[in-house]
Amino acid sequence: MTYRLLYFASLADRAGCAEEVRDSAAGTPRDLYAEVAAAHRFPFAADRLRVAVNGAFVAWDHALSDRDEVVFLPPVSGG
Amino acid sequence: MSDKRFSLLETAIDVGVERRALDHAAAGAYASFEGWVRNHNDGRAVLRLDYQAYAPLAADEGEAILAEAAGRFAVREVRCVHRVGRLAIGDLAVWVGASADHRDAAFAACRWIIDEVKRRVPIWKNEHYADGESGWLHPDNTPVGSG
Repeated sequence: MTYRLLYFASLADRAGCAEEVRDSAAGTPRDLYAEVAAAHRFPFAADRLRVAVNGAFVAWDHALSDRDEVVFLPPVSGG
Repeated sequence: MSDKRFSLLETAIDVGVERRALDHAAAGAYASFEGWVRNHNDGRAVLRLDYQAYAPLAADEGEAILAEAAGRFAVREVRCVHRVGRLAIGDLAVWVGASADHRDAAFAACRWIIDEVKRRVPIWKNEHYADGESGWLHPDNTPVGSG
């Protein structure tokens, strides 16, 4: 399946981009994160992140669909 | 002033405009919180900040927090505006306002809202230090370098 990933903050720095389109066999955010974390050497374990699909928070075992927009959200620091 | 309770703004926050949304004939109290950009953090001199947001989800999560606050506290109205983009020392980074019949609810709602915004809304702060380094901050306050 093909996913559009958006990256923010330190994840964007590590990935070297704010978004990428990625072909992947991963069917859940958990598997997709393992793949991209290894590819980009992300400094976070999945349990420090939240994940959003198509603009809404989802669980790590959410079933992804082709063309989904997936965002792994590093710990936030607004305010 | 927006028709939404929560907004992200790329330009300076005008508190005089924003607080008009809190006007209510039954309100006898208004409390606000302002978060400012300070020139130091964790012992390091800070020159400026950049705030980045995942805007669609930040807007939805901010609205959800303010709707929860409106149900949780005896307030007449609640609002929050958060800056994104480049900010200088002394700039207003976030403003929270609450109007209520009595002051206790206005104070309590402000405190609860800013705490929830800091905990939940997908916004990230990049501090630029006097020594030329910069780093994204995360909840344990540890910058994560770009290396």
